[in-house]
Amino acid sequence: MAMKIGEKPFFDRVDDALDDTFMRQSMANAQDGLRGKKIAATEGDEAIGDWEDWRSAGEEIRRHTLENLDYYLEQLSENFAKRGGHVFFAETAEEANAYIQQVAKKKNAKNATKAKSMVTEEIGLNEALADVGCQVHETDLAEYILQAEEGDRPSHIVVPSLHKNKSQIRDTLKEKAGYSGTDQPEELTAFARSQLRDVFMNADIGITGCNFGVAETGSVSLVTNEGNANMVTSYPETQISVMGMERLVPTWEDLDVMVNLLSRSAVGQKITTYVTNVTPEVGPQSVDGPKDFHLVIVDGGRSKALGTEFQSALHCIRCAACVNVCPVYRHIGGHAYGSIYQGPIGAVLSPILGGYEEYGELPYASSLCAACTEACPVKIPLHEQLIRHRQIYVEEGYADKSEQAAMTAFGIGASTPSLFKIATKGAPTFAKPFVQEGSISNGPGPMKLWTKIREFPAPGKENFRKWFKEHKKGDSRNE
Amino acid sequence: MKISLFVTCLGELFYQEAAKDMVEVLERLGCEIDFPRGQICCGQPAYNSGYRKDAQKAAKQMISAFESSEYIVTPSGSCAGMFKEYPGLFQDDATWHEKAQKVADKTYEFTQFIVNVLGVEDLGAVYHAKATYHTSCHMMRLLKETESPFKLLNNVEGLELLPLENSYDCCGFGGTFAVKMVPISEQMVDEKVRHVEETGADVLITADGGCLMNIKGRIDRKGKPIAVKHIAQILNSRS
Ligand code: SF4
Repeated sequence: MAMKIGEKPFFDRVDDALDDTFMRQSMANAQDGLRGKKIAATEGDEAIGDWEDWRSAGEEIRRHTLENLDYYLEQLSENFAKRGGHVFFAETAEEANAYIQQVAKKKNAKNATKAKSMVTEEIGLNEALADVGCQVHETDLAEYILQAEEGDRPSHIVVPSLHKNKSQIRDTLKEKAGYSGTDQPEELTAFARSQLRDVFMNADIGITGCNFGVAETGSVSLVTNEGNANMVTSYPETQISVMGMERLVPTWEDLDVMVNLLSRSAVGQKITTYVTNVTPEVGPQSVDGPKDFHLVIVDGGRSKALGTEFQSALHCIRCAACVNVCPVYRHIGGHAYGSIYQGPIGAVLSPILGGYEEYGELPYASSLCAACTEACPVKIPLHEQLIRHRQIYVEEGYADKSEQAAMTAFGIGASTPSLFKIATKGAPTFAKPFVQEGSISNGPGPMKLWTKIREFPAPGKENFRKWFKEHKKGDSRNE
Repeated sequence: MKISLFVTCLGELFYQEAAKDMVEVLERLGCEIDFPRGQICCGQPAYNSGYRKDAQKAAKQMISAFESSEYIVTPSGSCAGMFKEYPGLFQDDATWHEKAQKVADKTYEFTQFIVNVLGVEDLGAVYHAKATYHTSCHMMRLLKETESPFKLLNNVEGLELLPLENSYDCCGFGGTFAVKMVPISEQMVDEKVRHVEETGADVLITADGGCLMNIKGRIDRKGKPIAVKHIAQILNSRS
């Protein structure tokens, strides 16, 4: 299933989303609810000083890491390997899956438990492992629900099941997992918990993503709220952590800053319930921890952004703060983006990883209001990157021809004062046949799209330049 | 103080009343205003749609028109914001980059200029109405100007300013976004209109031509009894 969600064209997906009143209400509620919490834990929390300083520190750490990515990746993998872990660099999703399949086959693994991870969604790991007879069990509550639904996909990078309400969840669990209780969240959670106990105990492999790799010790840091990642990493003898190649920090001190930024921005918590750090200690004398620990580092198109103006998109720590303030996401939800990465960061990242053919429309699904840029804890200039994507989209010839012609005309008009003068003079006369009661309800040509839902103002009858000239008689610069 | 008026294409074509009000307010404050004839459009429609070269053409035209100005003042936060983007458009051209930077540095949105440059907060305006104010995204986030309009409006006699729910959410204009993504833009502007209605205000005030055109267009289409005004119209009112 991988990164892409659904087969329908963009505007059909948008229509489906706009028809889904429940989903839209829950997106709006989530955004409004999270807003206050986030403010309280960021600029509102006096105990941590100036939140802007934290953002700058975060940006600095991410920039430094990405500028020296080779160095830190090598340090991370050397330290990981020194302690007996195995590191595999995968250039593509297929390579990553093939490696993990081979580990599973060697173990003759039938069951794997997995903590929430976007990168494993991105590479389509569950399907790849199913192909070699190993079933992956999602253990994050939201992912568990989506998996029970069979084929449902994440609509938010932090809360993947945001589009479902409690009665929908109850129905799914009734139908697919033999649940018979009410739609009380506590009861639903208790049911999932009891179901998952056996699953944890019987797993042959534990799979996690990686919020941050820590280069100086070769550790994997997992930031969670449910404790399932601890179960995943402590029962099975074999552990596989899958990491996007940019998701690392040089030191533990840096990790401290990043975890603060992540938990405060994502959910408005000072710190999440669990921050689990796993370091391989694989040797004859070691008594706990996985006996067999694999770190799979995935490129998957990320390196295309290195050295370009999109490099800072790789600074992303997947907190979804940009998603949570996006007014477009608010109305269309996650699935309409057609990618597991949604909202502003999804619109920036998806074309980088998956190309313009597939995701080129996403950068236009933004009013460029810059709420995302303002929210981002590592200061990625998201709205500027959306404009940059549009430029490339145009330069590479994807934009439609009539728009290109209109913009060429615009360029000429906007640099030729005499033409503009004629246009402003002629506008009232030209518009006259369309004007009713001071505005235009059914405009001609390109105005049609505007007047589909709103009135277009009738050009003012007076000529402003003429007015100004008379108003200011005698000023030489006005001639 | 000498200032050059950057009236914006929307101001020139559709919102001449607001433009005139702006001229009168600034003159009353002792400004000597000129109107550089070469001005057309800031180029935002092309820039935001990815047409960098066409945006550069518009930018060069504007830079040439305003090069010799001391201060550039405009009735639109978004267009002022676009002037601030100009240096970025000429990254590979040192001469134009420098010119662009100079123009960017002396550009101000109307209320920002009055409060921050002239240091005036009370214009002696009188306007009797229950109103609410729409903060434009570009003014708030690109110009980082959040206070000036409120400082000025709070001193308008007779004006009751009501808080607007979710004021930080975009109205759905976004330039070409409004016509490229009609169904999404529609939902955004509808939510904005709903919040405006909920305040009970009779007048919606904004400092941006684009937002004004969008929100007013929707309010009028739905036949809602709410007037939409540019802030200059309120600040120049005396009754
Ligand atoms: S782009 Fe910034 S705000 Fe958005 S998910 Fe990434 S880190 Fe968070």
